[in-house]
Amino acid sequence: MTTLLTVLLACYLLGGLLPLCTSRWHLQNILAHGGAAAAGLAGIALGFGGLFAAQPLTLSVPSNIPFLTFALRLDPLAAFFVLTISLVGLAASIYAHGYVGEYAGRVSIGVVGSLLNGFLLSMTLVVMADNGFFFLILWEVMSLLSYVLVVTEHERPGVREAGLFYLIMTHVGTAFIILTFVIFSQEAGSFSFDDFRHPDQRLPDGLRSIAFFTALIGFGAKAGIVPLHVWLPYAHPAAPSHISALMSGVMIKTAVYALIRVYFDFLEGQFPWWWGFTVLSIGALSALLGVMYALMEHDLKSLLAFHSVENIGIILLGIGAGMIFHTYGLHELAALGLLAGLYHTINHATFKALLFLGAGAVQFATHTRDIEEYGGLLRRMPWTGLFFLIGAVSIAALPPTNGFVSEWLVFQSLFLSVQLPTLFLKLMLPIAAAILALTGALALACFAKAFGMSFLAQPRSAHARQSVEVPLSMRIGMGILAGSCVLLGLAPMLVVPLLDRVTGPLTGVVISEKVLALDGWVVAPVTVEFSSISTPVLAALLVGAGLLGLLIARWFGKGVPARYTRTWGCGLPLTPRMEYTATGFVQPIKQVFETVYQPTVKLEREFLEQSKYFIRHQRVEFHTEPVFETYLYRPVVRKLLAIAERLRVIQVGSLHLYLTYIFVTLVLLLLWAG
Amino acid sequence: MHVMVQLVLIVVQLVMLLALAPFIVGVIRKVKARLQCRRGAGLFQPYADLAKLFRKQPVRSSTTSWIFTAAPYVVFASTVAAGLLMPVFLSHTPLNFAGNIIALVYLLALGTFFLILAGLDAGSAFGGMGSSREAIIATLAEPAMMLSILAIALTAGSTNLSTIVHQSALLEGVVLAPPAHLMALAAMFIVTLAETGRVPVDNPATHLELTMIHEAMLLEYSGRYLALMEWAAGIKLLVFLTLIVNVFAPWGIATSVTPAALATGAVLYVVKVAGLAVVIGVIESMFAKLRLFRVPELLGAAFILALLALVFFYTLRG
Repeated sequence: MTTLLTVLLACYLLGGLLPLCTSRWHLQNILAHGGAAAAGLAGIALGFGGLFAAQPLTLSVPSNIPFLTFALRLDPLAAFFVLTISLVGLAASIYAHGYVGEYAGRVSIGVVGSLLNGFLLSMTLVVMADNGFFFLILWEVMSLLSYVLVVTEHERPGVREAGLFYLIMTHVGTAFIILTFVIFSQEAGSFSFDDFRHPDQRLPDGLRSIAFFTALIGFGAKAGIVPLHVWLPYAHPAAPSHISALMSGVMIKTAVYALIRVYFDFLEGQFPWWWGFTVLSIGALSALLGVMYALMEHDLKSLLAFHSVENIGIILLGIGAGMIFHTYGLHELAALGLLAGLYHTINHATFKALLFLGAGAVQFATHTRDIEEYGGLLRRMPWTGLFFLIGAVSIAALPPTNGFVSEWLVFQSLFLSVQLPTLFLKLMLPIAAAILALTGALALACFAKAFGMSFLAQPRSAHARQSVEVPLSMRIGMGILAGSCVLLGLAPMLVVPLLDRVTGPLTGVVISEKVLALDGWVVAPVTVEFSSISTPVLAALLVGAGLLGLLIARWFGKGVPARYTRTWGCGLPLTPRMEYTATGFVQPIKQVFETVYQPTVKLEREFLEQSKYFIRHQRVEFHTEPVFETYLYRPVVRKLLAIAERLRVIQVGSLHLYLTYIFVTLVLLLLWAG
Repeated sequence: MHVMVQLVLIVVQLVMLLALAPFIVGVIRKVKARLQCRRGAGLFQPYADLAKLFRKQPVRSSTTSWIFTAAPYVVFASTVAAGLLMPVFLSHTPLNFAGNIIALVYLLALGTFFLILAGLDAGSAFGGMGSSREAIIATLAEPAMMLSILAIALTAGSTNLSTIVHQSALLEGVVLAPPAHLMALAAMFIVTLAETGRVPVDNPATHLELTMIHEAMLLEYSGRYLALMEWAAGIKLLVFLTLIVNVFAPWGIATSVTPAALATGAVLYVVKVAGLAVVIGVIESMFAKLRLFRVPELLGAAFILALLALVFFYTLRG
C-alpha cells in the first residue's frame, strides 16, 4: 500500500515535471499523459487496497508551521474516492493524448499536461488529507489549478469571464470551509481530523448547527448545489474537454466526499432531523432545476454541466434520506441512503465524464459546441456515437445501466419513509421521490434531444457534413468509461459489497448481505418480497425479447431485405432545414414550465415598402431568464459596486493622504488598546 | 416452485401477452365502431394487419442510421420485458424478483426513449414533432404515475408487484383504505390514457399532422418494423390495463399453482381486461382530443389525485 502510494506520487510528479524539460510537443504529450495514466492505474489499485485493508493507512510528516501537519489517511471512504478519481483520471489522460493535438501550436501541450497531473494529484490528496490545514492548502491548489486549466484558451471570448466567475465562487466557498474548520478546531484544540472526530469533545448545539451550514455552503459551492450552481455552466464548458470531464465527473465529488466526512464522521451522533431535511430539500431543488435548465441549453457542454447540478441533487437526495434515517436511529436505512448516494457518485463520475469526452470528440470533429449545427454524426462517427448513446442511456437512468441501479436505490430509500415516526417526513420523502421521477423523465427528454439532434437525421451544417471519427486514443478513453458504465450497471453484486465497506464504519451497520439476495443476483434493500431488481436478469430479458422479435420478423418475412428510398417530405426534396431543431424540440416543455423559465420572445420584422403583408426579413429571438442570476446575484453585485463607488471618495491617489490614513488608524488602534 | 414449472409459467405468460394484445386493440376499435353506428372490422382484424405487415417488404429512409432499425426491436423488447415482470393470471410471477414496479416504469421509459430517437432519425418535420410531444407527455405522466404507485405500494407494504397483487387478492379485493385506493385508481387511469396514446391525449386512429403524437413518430416505418412497433404499442396498452385490473380488482387471480386456480385466473383475467378495453372504447367515443397544452392540466390533476391518495392513506390510518 505504501509502495502503491509512492508509485502514484512518483508518476504524477514525473508526469508533471518531465514535460517541462523538453520542447518537442509529441514527447511532452506522451510524458505528461503517460505519467497521468500510470498514476491512474496505481490509484485504482490503491483505492481497492484501501477498501479491503484491515487498518487505514496513515502517514504523517510534522512541520514547523503551527497547526499544520502533512498527514494522510486512507480509510475506506477516502479509498472509494481515490478509486473514482483514478478511474476517471486514467480514461481522461488516455483520451487527452489524442485530444490535445488540436491545441498544438496554440497552447503549450507540456504545460497543460503538467497541470493535468497536478490537478489529478491535488484531488487524490484532498480526499486523503487528515489535517484541516493541509486539507485547505490542497483544496486551494486543486481550485487554482482547475482555474488555470479553465482559462487554457483565454483568448477565446467569454473564457476569462468564466474563469473569474469560477475563481470568485470557489473562494466564497473556501471562506465558509475555513469557518467550519475553525469551529471544529476551537473545540478540538488542533486542526487534526483525528481530534475533530474525537467523541468526548462535543460542540454545543448552536455551534454544531453553524458548522453544519457553513460546511453545506462551503462544499455546496464546489459541488454546484442550487443556488450556488451558477458558475458551473460557465466554467466547465470553457475548459478543454478532458478537463471538463474531470471537473464535472470528479472534482465536484470531492465536495460530496467532504460533506460525508463532516456530517457522518465529525458531526456524527444525534443530528436534529431538519439537517437531513435541509440536505434532502436542496437535493430535490438542485435535481429538478438542474435538469430544467439543461433542457433549454443548446451548447452541448453547458447542457452537460447543468446535468451535474441535477446529479449532485440526486446524490444529496440519497445522503439526505440517510441523514434523516440516522436521526431516528434507523441505522440500516441510513446506511442504505448513504450507499445509494455513493453508488450514484461513482456512476455519475463515469457517465458524466464519458459524456464530456464524447462532447469533446464531437467538438474535435466539428469545431463547434452548438447542438443546432450537428446532425447525422452517427454515420460519420460510429464509435463516438455508440459511446455517447451508452452515456445518455445511463444518465437517463434507463435499465439495465448503472444510472438506473443507483436511482432505483435512491427511490427505495425515499419509499422507506413509511418507517419514520412523523407524518410530515412520511409525506415529504415520497414527494421528493415524485420530484425525482419528474427529474428522471426530464433527463430522458433532454438526452433524447442531445443525442437525437447531434447524431441522428441529416447534418445541419458544413461542419457536421465534413466530420470524421476521432483518433484511437480518444476512442479508448471513452471506451474505458463506457465499459465501466456497463459493468457498474450489470454487476451490483460487485459494487454493493465495496460500498458497504465505506458506509459500514460511518453508520455502524453492515448491510450488503441484506441488500443482496440470491447469491448477489438480486438487489433487495429490505426483503425480496418487499422490493427487488436484478439488472443481469433484466438485461437477459431485454436481449431475449429482442431476439424473439427478430425471430418472429424473420419467420414471417423470410428475411426480405429492406428497400431504401428518401424520407417523404410531402413532395418536396428533404433538406436538413425541415428537421426539428433543438429549440423546437423543447418548445412545449418551455411553454408548460413557463413559471420557471420566464421565456421572452423578441420578433423583428422588416416589410416591403409596397405592403406590410409582405415580409422582407424576419428575425425571432427566444430567451429564457436565468432566475438566480437575475434575482439573486445581480442585485448583490450591483449593491457591492454601489458601495465601492462611494468608497472611492477616500481613494484619490495622493500619497500624503494615504499616509495620514495610516497615521490616524495607528493612533486609533493605540487608543483602543490602551 | 420447481424450475421447470416456473419456465412453463413464464412462457405461458409471454404467449398470453403477445396473443392478447392485438385482441384488446380489436375490442376497443369494435366498441368505437358500434358507438358510431358502424359495424366495424372483426375483433381479430389486428392479427391480420400484423401478419400482413410482417410479410411486406419494409422501406427505409436513406438518411437514417442504425438507431432507426434497432428502435423497433428495443421498443418491442422493453415492452415485453415489462410485461413479464408483472403478475397476469398468477399472483406470484416467476420473474417477480427481476424487477419491481419502478423497474417496470423505467423499462417502459427505455422504449419511449428509443421511440423518440426513431422519430428524430428520419429527419422529417413530422417525426420531430411527434418526438417533441411524446417527450413532454412522458415527462408529465411519470411523476403522477410514481406517486399513485407509491400510494398503492403503501397499502400493500411493498413496491413489489407480486406482493401487492397477492396481498390484495388474499383480502378478496377488500382494500384497507378505499378512498386512497380510488384516488390512486383515478390517477393511474389518466396516466394510462396518456402513456398509451389514447383519446383525450392522443388519437391512435388518425394521421392528421396537427393532432398525432405516437403515429407521427412511426410515419417512416413500414413492413416488419411497423408491425413490431404496432404490436409493442398494443402490448404496452395491455400492460397498463393488466396493472389496473390486477392491482385494483384482483378478484379470482390464481394465488396458488393448481390447474383449477390457474384456469379460473386466466379466464377471469381475459374477461376483466376485455371489460376495461370496452370502458376505454366508450371513453374514446365520449370525449374529444384535448389541445396539447391542455394535457398538462389533465396530468396535473392526476398528480394531485395521487398526492391526495397518499395524504388520505396516512391520515386515515392515523
